[in-house]
Amino acid sequence: MQQRVEFHARADRALHNPQIRSNFRYAMDGLIDKRKRSFPDLDELNRLRLRCAEIRVNALSKLPELLEQLEACCTKNGIQVHWAETVGEANRIVLDIMNRHNAKLLIKGKSMVSEEMELNHYLEQQGIECLESDLGEYILQLAGEPPSHIVAPAIHKSRQQVAQLFKEKFPDIPYSDDVDRLTRNARHILRRKFYEAPVGLSGVNFAVAETGTICLVENEGNGRMCTTIPPVHIAVTGIEKVVEKLSDIPPLLSILPRSATGQHITTYFNMITSPRKPGEKDGPDEVHLVLLDNGRSRIYEDQELIATLRCIRCGACMNHCPVYTRIGGHAYGTTIPGPIGSILEPQKAGLDRYGDLPTASTLCGACGEVCPVRIPIPALLNRLRFERVRQDHTGVTRGQGSQRDPWEARIWKGWSWMHANPAIYRLGIGLAAGLRWMLPKRLGAWTRVRSAPRLAAKSLHKLAREKGLDHE
Amino acid sequence: MSDARSNILARLRAGKPDMPAASEPTQIPLAGWDLHERVRQFRKKMESVRAEVHVTPRESWLALLRRLVAEKQISTLLYAPDGPLGEALFQAWESPGESPLIARSETLEEWKEELFFNVDGAITSSRWGIAETGTLVLWPTPEEPRSFSLVPPVHIAILEAGDIYNTFADLIEKEKWNQRMPTNALLISGPSKTADIEQTLAYGVHGPIELVIIVVTEEN
Ligand code: SF4
Repeated sequence: MQQRVEFHARADRALHNPQIRSNFRYAMDGLIDKRKRSFPDLDELNRLRLRCAEIRVNALSKLPELLEQLEACCTKNGIQVHWAETVGEANRIVLDIMNRHNAKLLIKGKSMVSEEMELNHYLEQQGIECLESDLGEYILQLAGEPPSHIVAPAIHKSRQQVAQLFKEKFPDIPYSDDVDRLTRNARHILRRKFYEAPVGLSGVNFAVAETGTICLVENEGNGRMCTTIPPVHIAVTGIEKVVEKLSDIPPLLSILPRSATGQHITTYFNMITSPRKPGEKDGPDEVHLVLLDNGRSRIYEDQELIATLRCIRCGACMNHCPVYTRIGGHAYGTTIPGPIGSILEPQKAGLDRYGDLPTASTLCGACGEVCPVRIPIPALLNRLRFERVRQDHTGVTRGQGSQRDPWEARIWKGWSWMHANPAIYRLGIGLAAGLRWMLPKRLGAWTRVRSAPRLAAKSLHKLAREKGLDHE
Repeated sequence: MSDARSNILARLRAGKPDMPAASEPTQIPLAGWDLHERVRQFRKKMESVRAEVHVTPRESWLALLRRLVAEKQISTLLYAPDGPLGEALFQAWESPGESPLIARSETLEEWKEELFFNVDGAITSSRWGIAETGTLVLWPTPEEPRSFSLVPPVHIAILEAGDIYNTFADLIEKEKWNQRMPTNALLISGPSKTADIEQTLAYGVHGPIELVIIVVTEEN
């Protein structure tokens, strides 16, 4: 319940913040438009979506075997594989590696799993500095804020806000709100850090079981820096990111950047299969891959909800969501916001904690329509709305039934009883029609911008009968 | 941590849902351009992300390179003496005094400072290209390491027109990547960029600020 109050309060605050409203509206409109233009051929788009969904479904259908194969191939190639059931375990694995190298600075590429782990917070408590190197993430780290979008983390900030932030943090650098200048300044500041850092961390976009290859998609080059320059590279990933074959990669790489930002491909696609081999002049001597479960294996158990795990984190569902566009990413209070966050996070943390998120949707269907791997997000939102109030304790979702309100349950019970008894139903409808003049003209916020709904004098049934329509 | 491993795998095995048997994969039509069209597509896509592309017959690429290096005022150009271009590059500048070429055969650690702060550009060969997306494909080697195409502000890449494939799918299948993945395989499509501030594109964040590609053809 606490979480519910917080969610509503945050959403309300966001709705009353014109800066947030306009920053998101502007950015989402741009992203929607760019995506659309990058798929001029709808037939190709549909085939590609079908193919990519097949690839992800196939991978999930063989998940345990593929994880073992991935591990075997990585190990053979010299990549060290670690397994973590919880974020606590994953954090400790990273800390152990840092300690083994006596490393005090971790330079990070973009990784949503490390956000999920709250790795920065954890390592900083152990006296280890974590530095985000993706420009958006770096800006947010300076501001002390979490990301508000999974692809464009600092999307809620305007150019002027970023310029102001740089001025506060780096008073020696002349003020500029020119995007090129700001970018160049960040380049200079972070360059030295890439040079110094003993350990680099990255996420994983796809892990190929067949070859033991870690694939990373990015534009800035910071991902390549983090995985090439420091002597040690740690990649963290959820267990669902694996695909079976190398030939599964081209369709996914074709659809991911276009769905995300409308680019036909990202600047870099970085495929890592082993640490530095004898004779090679650069690249890390050690590569570690951390496989994190954190509730994913529970989602895996449900025939329908398993579709959640197909996600390739393109962000298209949030870009197209009318709710996300209005309240922004922070209102959700979760690592991953938007429609995918509203189905994923309550399943991970429990419906008792995030049970309200599945209701943060108009069920307009846009998310499901754009999803490159065809996750039926609206159906899953509905399913979780059921899970949050169901009482039979047969599902796998944590916090099942936690949002059940006895009054609401009674009303629905009455409703279904009435609809199952024609005599009562007719009586009820007749009564409502007869007393319709008693309906108030004002219904709170609803009627501030609308007129109050009015019941018709005759029910649809009655009209149909009068017209001689047979109810069969 | 082997506990975590067996617990996770056991949970996945116990909870494995019934998935529909894999059907015939949906076919995605692939482009089938000829060499000339491949070069044209490659160039068009590369230029759309602000890479500089020059298409030139074999006999004139070195002259073109000399001109570009002079125009861009690159005074230190990292190259690989033992790489596929080493010999040709070495002879491209007549007097050693004029040559911008520098070579380092040490490991990264031994000259990191210089690489990071005192090198203007690097020149590498390219293993392949991809027409559909305008992409350079590099498999870095001990002679031409990964950092060449990453750290210096300008990356000049030489690409043989005949090495351009239509699509990525085509390339990995025909070249049997799944049987021989290298330490690091790279797809590069343009100079480093970001849109993290107000969705406005800015070039040259952490990787090269400029990407210059010379496509060498057999026609004149
Ligand atoms: S759910 Fe689909 S649309 Fe949303 S981020 Fe994941 S893959 Fe993209």
